[in-house]
Amino acid sequence: MSLLLDFVKKQLVGEVNHPAFKAGDTVTVHYKIKEGDKERIQQFTGVVIQRKNEPTTASFTVRKISNGVGVERIFPLASPFIDKIEVNKVGVVRRAKLYYIRTRTGKSARIREKLTTSKEA
Amino acid sequence: MSGIIGKKIGMTSFFDANGKYVPCTVIEAGPCVVTQVKTNEKDGYTALQLAFDEKKEKHTSSAMKGHFELAKTTPKRKVVEFRHFEEEKNLGDTLTVEQVFAEGDFVDVVGTSKGKGFQGVVKRHGFGGVGGQTHGQHDRQRAPGSLGASSDPSRVMKGMRMAGRTGGNRKKIQNLEVVKIMAEKNVILIKGSVPGAKGSYVIIEK
Repeated sequence: MSLLLDFVKKQLVGEVNHPAFKAGDTVTVHYKIKEGDKERIQQFTGVVIQRKNEPTTASFTVRKISNGVGVERIFPLASPFIDKIEVNKVGVVRRAKLYYIRTRTGKSARIREKLTTSKEA
Repeated sequence: MSGIIGKKIGMTSFFDANGKYVPCTVIEAGPCVVTQVKTNEKDGYTALQLAFDEKKEKHTSSAMKGHFELAKTTPKRKVVEFRHFEEEKNLGDTLTVEQVFAEGDFVDVVGTSKGKGFQGVVKRHGFGGVGGQTHGQHDRQRAPGSLGASSDPSRVMKGMRMAGRTGGNRKKIQNLEVVKIMAEKNVILIKGSVPGAKGSYVIIEK
């Protein structure tokens, strides 16, 4: 990609201060929703199954099971509607994109949690 | 009319102040040098000739070298004439993006569309194709169908839309919004897409 395009993208996106997270982590996304002229915050908690790291158009997908139905939601990372992102659990996974999770249910759909000592945390 | 010559860099998108996701084309526009001023007395019409993008002297013909020398500038790749230019400019003046355009302006962009080669009528003219693949239909899903009637007129009408070379011609897209200008890098962001490949020259006019 051209250097000039890189520069423009950096200028456009400004500063986004979200905690570092990757595929396999469990996160809560606080998303602002506009209803008329009112604004409220909705939470969406689930496992991050992919993250795309394009400079301006970076996005991530969060998957959760709601009433037995798998629900996936794609968030643009630079979206001004994301109030904050909380990292609830850090997962141990061997891939960057966890599409295989979609075909699994129950025990095999679990993701091992990375245990941190109090020092590290 | 006023305008500037630019080079298409690529596309991107971003969230604007209202939270709308805006797709835009990044164009490196200017700085352009005025290489000729055409006047009513001398040429019968008024126009401004602008030049853009550096070029090596060894790749420039002697005739063009002399032309650029008159304007006291270095050789340039792209030379374009703008008729009835609004601002008064003298020979050798430089024009930058922010002098010509402002954010929120509506502009027209001219470029050479991407060449698509020999294409059929479905891609070239938007024909619907045949529709079905079953019920005895043969392998003619993207065929143009009948070209005309029988004994009257016994010929194919002129201008009948058929397959052929597609793309690669001059196209103008009108009424595109200027979303942002980054003056320090001579960059202009235009909402939506613009004809041409990355790296091709475009003319932005107002």
